[in-house]
Amino acid sequence: MAKVFIYPATSLILTDMVTRFGHTPLSSAVAIRERIQTAGLESVPLQITPEEPKKGLRWAAVEVPSGVRGRMALYGPMIEECEAAIIINDADMAFGCMGCARTNELIKFLIRQKEIPILDLTYPKDETEGVTFVAAIKRFLSELEVKQ
Amino acid sequence: MTDYQPAHVGTVTKYVVVESFTVTPADLAVRAYEISQGVMIKETCFGLVIMGREEEVNRITNEVRKLDPDHIFVKDRGFPPGDPRRCRANLGGARPGFHGIEYEMTILPYISHALETLATRDAKTVPAPADVRTRPKLDIYTLKKMIDAQEP
Repeated sequence: MAKVFIYPATSLILTDMVTRFGHTPLSSAVAIRERIQTAGLESVPLQITPEEPKKGLRWAAVEVPSGVRGRMALYGPMIEECEAAIIINDADMAFGCMGCARTNELIKFLIRQKEIPILDLTYPKDETEGVTFVAAIKRFLSELEVKQ
Repeated sequence: MTDYQPAHVGTVTKYVVVESFTVTPADLAVRAYEISQGVMIKETCFGLVIMGREEEVNRITNEVRKLDPDHIFVKDRGFPPGDPRRCRANLGGARPGFHGIEYEMTILPYISHALETLATRDAKTVPAPADVRTRPKLDIYTLKKMIDAQEP
């Protein structure tokens, strides 16, 4: 069972596919859950405290905005932990403010720097593309099993 | 700043999203209540939110999924159900994460169709998708077509 980083990190489809085909998805929900279940200082809504941008310095330089570094405190450990990654390239739902946009770029860059199996896809637009999409994920995840 | 004392420590929360012609969120809720022990279940417009110990939540989601395996999808959630920091009852408007689910629900019928197809067909026989990172160069015929399509 491999740990697979998914992008967009909140994707329902990718979380389900990875779990369905027997692996562990690394999604933002898990990172958020960890924070909101840990006692500390009250910092609504996501319990992202001033400590997070400091932790983010591991993945982004000090001149990078704190919003990016704070987000990287969530995603950075998952990127280090992952053994494979699935990226959906035309994910409009990952659109957000400039902090989100720059974090997304950094996430994709860091994943591509790691020498791990990566599957690049786009969202299917019809049933035929849907079959290709799911078959590609199934094949990718079954090959991971063989490598392990 | 005040101290933060978390609630429901050690629990997991999962969404069960249904996109089916035969199973409704109410059917899922009834089935989940039948087999649940010590978990919190909330019925929503798109399925269920289940919170409890990890083994118990996984057992229920696996059982519920059997109702229509190709049309029921499961996803992790960070916050417990009804959390005032996220619940729309307190904030107004849709819950922030709902927009992502709403977008992906438009694609779920294609995914369900694919899962049904791949139950009888080997995934290795399906051609690989086109490489999305290579951008094909604009060929002269397409360029000519674009020029001709311009209004005078």
